[in-house]
Amino acid sequence: MKRPMRREAVLTAAILLLILAAAVVLDAALPRYHIVIKVIKKGAVYALVAVSMNLLNGFTGLFSLGQAGFMLLGAYSYAILCIPVAKRMGVYQYFQGGIMRFSLPELCSGVFGEAAGTVVGMLLALLAGGLLAGFVAYLIGLPVLRLRSDYLAIATLGFAEIVRTFIQWNALGPLTNGSNLLKSYPDLPGAASYLLLIGVFIGVIVLITSSTYGRAFKAIRDDEVAAEAMGINLAHHKRLAFVISSFFAGVGGGMLAMYMGTVQALSFKSTMTYEILLIVVIGGIGSITGSVATSFFYIAGLEWLLRGLDSGKFLGIKAPGVFKNGFRMAVVSTIIMVVVLFFRRGIMGDRELTDLLRRKNRRRKEESEHG
Amino acid sequence: MSMEDILQIRDLYVSYGGIEAVKGISLHVERGKIVTLIGSNGAGKSTTLKTVAGLVRPKSGQILFEGEDLVGRSTDQIVARGVTLVPEGRRVFPNLTVKENLRIGAYLRKDDYSRDLAWVYELFPRLKEREWQPAGTLSGGEQQMLAVGRALMAKPKLVMMDEPSLGLAPLIVKGIFSIIREINRQGITVLLIEQNANMALKTADWAYVMQTGSLILEGTGQELADDETVKSAYLGVKK
Repeated sequence: MKRPMRREAVLTAAILLLILAAAVVLDAALPRYHIVIKVIKKGAVYALVAVSMNLLNGFTGLFSLGQAGFMLLGAYSYAILCIPVAKRMGVYQYFQGGIMRFSLPELCSGVFGEAAGTVVGMLLALLAGGLLAGFVAYLIGLPVLRLRSDYLAIATLGFAEIVRTFIQWNALGPLTNGSNLLKSYPDLPGAASYLLLIGVFIGVIVLITSSTYGRAFKAIRDDEVAAEAMGINLAHHKRLAFVISSFFAGVGGGMLAMYMGTVQALSFKSTMTYEILLIVVIGGIGSITGSVATSFFYIAGLEWLLRGLDSGKFLGIKAPGVFKNGFRMAVVSTIIMVVVLFFRRGIMGDRELTDLLRRKNRRRKEESEHG
Repeated sequence: MSMEDILQIRDLYVSYGGIEAVKGISLHVERGKIVTLIGSNGAGKSTTLKTVAGLVRPKSGQILFEGEDLVGRSTDQIVARGVTLVPEGRRVFPNLTVKENLRIGAYLRKDDYSRDLAWVYELFPRLKEREWQPAGTLSGGEQQMLAVGRALMAKPKLVMMDEPSLGLAPLIVKGIFSIIREINRQGITVLLIEQNANMALKTADWAYVMQTGSLILEGTGQELADDETVKSAYLGVKK
């Protein structure tokens, strides 16, 4: 718990609402597949996954690299539960339509009506993916969390690779479609709905980090021995943090599947985990605001603003000899190196938006008092 | 065991990091007293406290707290029974605020601890002033106050302090010891280990001297302060 701050909280809420309102306007003004809409959607998904990783790596001090594995579980759960029954024959063409004989959005449509039911079904499928990821984290948590730092990272990285291979296993084909694509499942309509949903999930994470449990997580991060001496059961709390983080990684994975339109285990490689780790480190380990803002900047830069570097023309400069495929990645890497050199603790350190607002207010107050 | 003993250690053996650090010690702590365990570096004092706190498992022996054996219990169970440790080197949580540190001290409590928080702030007004500062920004003496305050938030019956004077200026050390006496006046039993034998013996009702894993002497603080062996070995007084 930090110093209570109603003013800053209200300001923060106002800023978030403004962003949401802007997204609603953009949804109405731009076509569905406009790059800005796509950047907001993907940025939102990455924000959730980055914050879930930050909860574990930044707030609890457990260096885990299993994110892509848990996202994969969430993505597949979402896709498998949401493909309409009529389309299953086409999707599972090598497995006689698969073994799933229902689709959550369709089931819920029967109860709540077409429009509301579809959304409820989709949300349930996302939560199911999160629960599966959390459950698997619970199972592997006991042995894996005994390991420290690098060893924990290696074990979780290995776990993610195992999940990816396992899902592609042909014997599971009737459920997972083996190494083939899953597709034809529903997506949320606009960028605003992504922001709203992600906002709710991240809001829950914020509540967790500021609860008694969150305080215990931070105590473990700061000093494990002292935390244990205060009566915090290390094994129990580490496992809890791992399960919560994995739950949200699973939900984020489901939303990534939603965003991509098709899902295939192949794309959930360890590079995806590294991308998210990068966002967490650049944004500031222990800062939720940092993770969220960096996610949007990272996705916007990579998918949109810097695209010109690959296609021969950037900011009006035509240099096809230099600006060719791959140059964008070199520029991104350079930017990252510069950020890391000048912001040792990430852009935000462990501060949040509310801290920035407070600092500004105080400065303004001091100025008005002295001037 | 006598009725007044809150803690009794019987024939405790502890191996720690491959060496036998505690070699069959027996001691008792009377309820409501300040008991100190002095001895040089590596005598096994810290290991003894950590074993009582459940952070280290003993090889054999009994640790009876209010008649119940603590051996085999986890630290959170031991804290819940009313035994807390102020660890060596303070070990406050540097990125948490002073208040958050104190609330972590009360982590296992389900009851309302606002009165204890007020009491800790009364004992250490400095902590109240710095309530919203990260603990890492406090001075060494303030961090020691916080470490003591944090342990008190668990509403302990027995507080064990591991070298509270370590690395602090003499004036601050005096303050810490007067706080120890104040805590004790409020009915909390204190088990104190110290290399600063002089202060410890002045403060304690009963004292033990530990050497290479065994207890070699015991007596009231005054008796040991007058003892020739203790004088030459621990108080730096030449014969």
